[in-house]
Amino acid sequence: MSTDTDTGVSDAAQQVAAIQGNGLPIAAAVKPKRFAGPSRFVGPVSVFALFIGFWYFTHHVLMSGPKKPLVPVPHDVVKDSFLTWNIERGADGSRTGGGLVKLLEGLFESVQVAALGLAIAIVLGFVLATLMSQAKWVQNALWPFLIALQAMPILAFVPLIGTVIGFNFKARVMVCIIIAIFPIVANTLFGLLSVDRGYHELMTLNGASRLTRLIKLQFPAAMPSIFTGLQISAGLSVVGAVVGDFFFRQGEPGLGRLINLYQNSTAYEQMYGAVVMSALLGIAVFMMFGWIGNRVVGSWHEKRSS
Amino acid sequence: MVVVLQRESAKIRPLTSEPIRGEDPLSATREHALEFKNLSMVFPDGTHALDDVSISIERGEFVTVVGPSGCGKSTLLRIASGLETHTGGECNVDRDSIGYVFQDATLFPWRTVRKNVELIAELHGLDSATMAPRVDESLELVGLKEHEVKYPRQLSGGMKMRASLARSLVLQPDVFLFDEPFGALDEISRERLNDELLALFKAKNFAGLFITHSIAEAVFLSTRVLVMSARPGRIVADYDVPFEFPRTHDIRYDPAFAELSGKISNDLRGAHP
Repeated sequence: MSTDTDTGVSDAAQQVAAIQGNGLPIAAAVKPKRFAGPSRFVGPVSVFALFIGFWYFTHHVLMSGPKKPLVPVPHDVVKDSFLTWNIERGADGSRTGGGLVKLLEGLFESVQVAALGLAIAIVLGFVLATLMSQAKWVQNALWPFLIALQAMPILAFVPLIGTVIGFNFKARVMVCIIIAIFPIVANTLFGLLSVDRGYHELMTLNGASRLTRLIKLQFPAAMPSIFTGLQISAGLSVVGAVVGDFFFRQGEPGLGRLINLYQNSTAYEQMYGAVVMSALLGIAVFMMFGWIGNRVVGSWHEKRSS
Repeated sequence: MVVVLQRESAKIRPLTSEPIRGEDPLSATREHALEFKNLSMVFPDGTHALDDVSISIERGEFVTVVGPSGCGKSTLLRIASGLETHTGGECNVDRDSIGYVFQDATLFPWRTVRKNVELIAELHGLDSATMAPRVDESLELVGLKEHEVKYPRQLSGGMKMRASLARSLVLQPDVFLFDEPFGALDEISRERLNDELLALFKAKNFAGLFITHSIAEAVFLSTRVLVMSARPGRIVADYDVPFEFPRTHDIRYDPAFAELSGKISNDLRGAHP
């Protein structure tokens, strides 16, 4: 901004600034938003259309003979999984029951696992990141293991966790925590540590304690970064809930177990339905945290609000 | 805290351009509001930043230091405020009564203008009843009262700097340190803020130590201009600025103004390595 909108000095200067259009940054920021409405959906809708088209193409052209049932057409998936309330067990016994009611039950189960796992991952991740930000040695001590946790193939550990803890709700939550914690720690820590020196000096000059510095400066400054982490972790917690469930052949069936069951009984329409449901859940939590993030930091953070 | 409250009452007294010594219990034991005596500074990496610098500043004095980049001007302020510890000589100042205005406005983007102005007072534990009228006064002094609910991202560079000034004003410090506060502003905003800073200086009668690269700014604002040499920084010239207060924009075109600026400019040429 080259023109100064200094106040209480010269009305002429203000008028000049207003004429040049940068006298009112708020109005300038709101303006493009108003026109962005309908065009916002053009991109996602086109990609979705392409995707559905490719799905039909796969069924009709790429799959042939005995492979055809492996990729049922989308409208059958929608019909069997979302438009039919309940499908009783197939007459030949080879099919597990299906329909929306089963999907919703699975969804409910998976949401519980993901929500609890994410909640614990947030609290734990927050505490770890805060401790790491306060002492370099804590950071050095924990960092390699967090990276290891992030890098190790979770699939290899799922059966192990099941064997040790039992194939129950607790073990499912555990898988969720393991998969969701890293982005929270990494983004929170990054946010806490990347506060400019000038701000720290301002706090030092005014005798702020570590705690005051953390509460008044570092946490608020880290908020945008924390919400980026939360958004990623929320998506991952759904993956964790579904993947954990997929390998656990006991307990209340969540979405993962449903996928597995339907696959084993060659009920591919329902299987795709369960996959779609997991994807919808992932999108929902991702958007939810994006929305919360906007509510919390949107008023001041330039990147989020524009 | 007691000191601050006494200063509150001192504010009501008619303002004069005379230094008010003796009314402040702390400055009674202190000869000057800010004093460097044979100050030197060598950083751990061996950089010799300051060498034998002696400056004393009273309330009602506004001293500006000009000098080549990297000559240690800012180090002077960092030592005065306690951000750095000098390696030789003395630095006498009441650290509880310093206002430090940074090169950047360093406003917290998540706080509104008003909440930003409250910050320093908040850190010093002022209760809201004491704080509110002072925050109002500070905001009015810098002309930001009607913008108090805005966030920093909605402000221009000049307005941000004003908010930063207002934040330092709330504690009503005796000594103000300015580290090139207007360096990033365009010429018009800069001159306007210079005018306002002078008005503030006359109203509050603090002791000012100002760092800048701009000779015009130095002469316009100051009662005294010091020229510092390249590293290690030494004071190589010392000018009293004769212009009467209140100074107006016009003195910039006064022949005496040009003459003094010319002298300082020559000294600065000599000061460059």
